[in-house]
Amino acid sequence: MTGQLLFLYFGGMTVAGAIVAVAAPNLVYSALALLVTFIHIAGIYILMNAEFIAAVQIIVYAGAILVLYLFVLMLFNPRQEKLYMHKQYKVGVFLGAVVLFLMLFAGFRTEILSLGGSYTPDLVEELGHTRAIGNALFTDFIFPFEMASLILLVAMFGAIILAGSGRRRRKGPGGRVDLSARDEAKKALADS
Amino acid sequence: MIPLEWYITLGFFLFAIGVTGVLIRRNVIMMLLSVELILNSANITFVAYSNYHQSITGQMMVFFILTMAAAEVALGLALVIALYRVRTTLNIDEINRLKW
Repeated sequence: MTGQLLFLYFGGMTVAGAIVAVAAPNLVYSALALLVTFIHIAGIYILMNAEFIAAVQIIVYAGAILVLYLFVLMLFNPRQEKLYMHKQYKVGVFLGAVVLFLMLFAGFRTEILSLGGSYTPDLVEELGHTRAIGNALFTDFIFPFEMASLILLVAMFGAIILAGSGRRRRKGPGGRVDLSARDEAKKALADS
Repeated sequence: MIPLEWYITLGFFLFAIGVTGVLIRRNVIMMLLSVELILNSANITFVAYSNYHQSITGQMMVFFILTMAAAEVALGLALVIALYRVRTTLNIDEINRLKW
């Protein structure tokens, strides 16, 4: 009973935060509403006996990813736009509702029986959730783990190359050539 | 005990809200934020089934989704910065020329 009440609180706050994040006109408010969503999702993970995942959720999502978003938002300081949604936003809302009803319709067509695996709550409690995760991560999932580190390395290189200073591009002869090419194209367009 | 269907329904709701956000917002950064909501709904569903089947595989999947989400955010925001340098706009309606 207590668990269900807690779930209703966490789930309600999650959905409410998500709706505010999607609908708020101010981008910083959106990011902060998303913070509320992430923290309450961590609460839901705790209800599901996944304490370590909850901690990682707060550290990585609320701590790293959202701070990155806030940095970029404040770097750009985007002006408040009157039309922050598409003109045809009703179509988008309708399509989202269609997706929701399709999933609710399709998701509960079959009854799923519990397989009863080996990681029971008692075992996890005895072993500790972090140790249980670590045991699985460094034995059965060692290859995906290495691949994940490779993905992070590639993402780091990509981010540095993409967002790094564009000074080199401006200094080189390429930029001037591009500009003159654009002017010539404009002239040709004006002549014709 | 909370039934499995509650968690799955919560995941569905988050996914639908995320899809709606990708469709209706005009700002590129907000579209990336909505993608985060979609990834979180997938995480909730994975952990729910992991808890239900008493297997730890679903929670390992959550780790790799987290890794992918971090990489996606870093690359996506880098692309947004590069885009802003070239076009000085973040409005998705004005970014309509594939050739800059």
